[in-house]
Amino acid sequence: MTTAPHSHSSNGHRTSSDFDTQESLARETTEGTVYNVSGGDWDEIAAAAVKSDDERIIVNMGPQHPSTHGVLRLILEIDGETVTEARCGIGYLHTGIEKNLEYRTWTQGTTFVTRMDYLTPFFNETAYCLAVEKLLGITDDIPDRATVIRVMLMELNRMSSHLVAIATGGMELGATTIMIYGFRDRELILDIYELITGLRMNHAYIRPGGLAQDLPPGAVDQVRAFIKKMRKNLPEYDKLATGNPVFKGRMEGIGYLDLAGCMATGATGPIVRAAGLPHDLRKTQPYCGYENYDFEVPTADTCDSYGRFLIRLEEMRQSLRIVEQCLDRLEPGPVMVADKKIAWPAQLALGPDGLGNSLDHIKKIMGTSMEALIHHFKLVTEGFRVPPGQTYAAVESPKGELGVHAVSDGGTRPYRVHFRDPSFTNLQAMAAMCEGGQVADVIVAVASIDPVMGGVDR
Amino acid sequence: MSEQKNPERPGEPNGQEEAVPAQRDDTGEVIGTRRGMFGANNGGDTTGYGGLVRTVRLPGASLRPYGGPRAEGAYGEFDEIADELEGALDEQGLIPENVITKTVVDRDELTFHIEREYLPTVAKTLRDDPALRFELCTGVSGVHFPGDQGRELHAVYHLRSITHNRLIRLEVSAPDADPHIPSLVDVYPTNDWHERETYDFFGIVFDGHPALTRIMMPDDWQGFPQRKDYPLGGIPVEYKGAQIPAPDQRRSYS
Repeated sequence: MTTAPHSHSSNGHRTSSDFDTQESLARETTEGTVYNVSGGDWDEIAAAAVKSDDERIIVNMGPQHPSTHGVLRLILEIDGETVTEARCGIGYLHTGIEKNLEYRTWTQGTTFVTRMDYLTPFFNETAYCLAVEKLLGITDDIPDRATVIRVMLMELNRMSSHLVAIATGGMELGATTIMIYGFRDRELILDIYELITGLRMNHAYIRPGGLAQDLPPGAVDQVRAFIKKMRKNLPEYDKLATGNPVFKGRMEGIGYLDLAGCMATGATGPIVRAAGLPHDLRKTQPYCGYENYDFEVPTADTCDSYGRFLIRLEEMRQSLRIVEQCLDRLEPGPVMVADKKIAWPAQLALGPDGLGNSLDHIKKIMGTSMEALIHHFKLVTEGFRVPPGQTYAAVESPKGELGVHAVSDGGTRPYRVHFRDPSFTNLQAMAAMCEGGQVADVIVAVASIDPVMGGVDR
Repeated sequence: MSEQKNPERPGEPNGQEEAVPAQRDDTGEVIGTRRGMFGANNGGDTTGYGGLVRTVRLPGASLRPYGGPRAEGAYGEFDEIADELEGALDEQGLIPENVITKTVVDRDELTFHIEREYLPTVAKTLRDDPALRFELCTGVSGVHFPGDQGRELHAVYHLRSITHNRLIRLEVSAPDADPHIPSLVDVYPTNDWHERETYDFFGIVFDGHPALTRIMMPDDWQGFPQRKDYPLGGIPVEYKGAQIPAPDQRRSYS
């Protein structure tokens, strides 16, 4: 075994000369090559900057920085206050969800995918379930009630995601009031989630074939009360921000990306709509019966952060309209496909120790019907088989096109599931938006992309 | 109904042949076999199900007409796309049969299997031809089929046309021994990160990519984690004296 080429001082602390030797970057050990990625001391960097003629300097922003939306690392080459080159370092939140899915049943998959983009859990679940249902060929058999509830939850989710985008984006500009407003309203939506699914995030409520359970009593009333309250609250964002000269001054013309740039970088969602293209999968390739709802796709022609902000505001108003239409369409009925070979056998019920199998169901399988017990056991442990093939299902998430490429080999577990997360693709546009601008504008541009690292890294 | 005998199966009238349901298992392309019932491939299966053999077949090549949405009769949008693509390739002096190895229509989706060296040409044609205009690429997704001899690694692209409101899929394969596929970054710059991701997880080398480096895993990571033969590893969990193995070593339904 070779020893480390650099010496340590006797008290165990490294001296500053340890860092700047070239050998310290890589060394051979019995376990293979070990790379040391070590920084320098600030005073050395400052001294080096003073010595060099130009003010060109490379700054790592993140991965732990309050204004980078999670563990995003921005590598900026700056010349004075101007960003000459901008790159992203990602992967700090990679959790291997796609690989893990391959070792769980198709139904268990929703529990994983809901954790990808944690601000849009219902979109992840719906996209995944649409793909599984397409592979099974049961797309048309999903009960209407389940589809309407899916749409309602997705549109509530669109609002809660946009609220976070606006709130955190505002906070990064120093507008803490808009942050307080945004999280106040998001809390109302999370209360609805909690009532319906039992959880504020990571729901796994939408399942292949339908939903985990029906709406609980009082859910419709609470959503109606929320719509009434939200109609009052939404104009406050307009009053606070839309016409605010300071806010506009920070946002207008920043993070510019035109339609050609959007197509090249694959950017979708509010970014492409701010470039004037009314591209929305809910309209162009309707799923979940979106063609039957009355709503509009807002666009802007400014191609900048301010346009994206306005689009998010308007989309929240449109979502509110869709939620209202969902409530009017809710009719009693099943929320899971009739096919007992696919439908989850248990009916969940709230017991004194939390959500679990309903006592009636347990009484039936344990006390009266051996066949029901076998069926329950087989479906829960083995799961259902999905015919071989591949499919692509896409939904319009608040951030853009969320696509799921699912491959089955005929087994009870996914052979491969790939998520085309809009955050991942949109984040590539960061360089195009930031280069040539000011350092302070990088924050605004990244906030207008609204990346969520859980979705970027998966 | 005609009384004429079926020439290939003497003694069997045509009508009867139509009455027999299509055998799904006999068609399609074999990509592997699964044995046993509980995923035990090391001879440890004592359940009596060890002799089960299941052949995995993906949907095979489709015959014309392909149909598709907004179809008039049997001829639909998929035929239109295929005609336009073949025509455009023809104009460039390429023989469509050499470029498109297989066309599959399954679950209302159109897939072109492309010979890998022609991928950039096909993508550029799909993007630029006014009748095709697939402006948006939604990235690349890798799939690993260890049992598909000589075509182990697949790269799957989904292209969206906003002009014509269509979606198609391109599938390219490469053998494990030579995992090279031409990069599409020149045609669709959005594939930059997607190709890095697929390289990172599957080890497919996209030739011509400006900087093909790992994107999710640490830079010094060994191996390609989403290949099927890459072990999950997992951390053995001590639980009241018992050890819980990693998910890929547990008993599972194969």
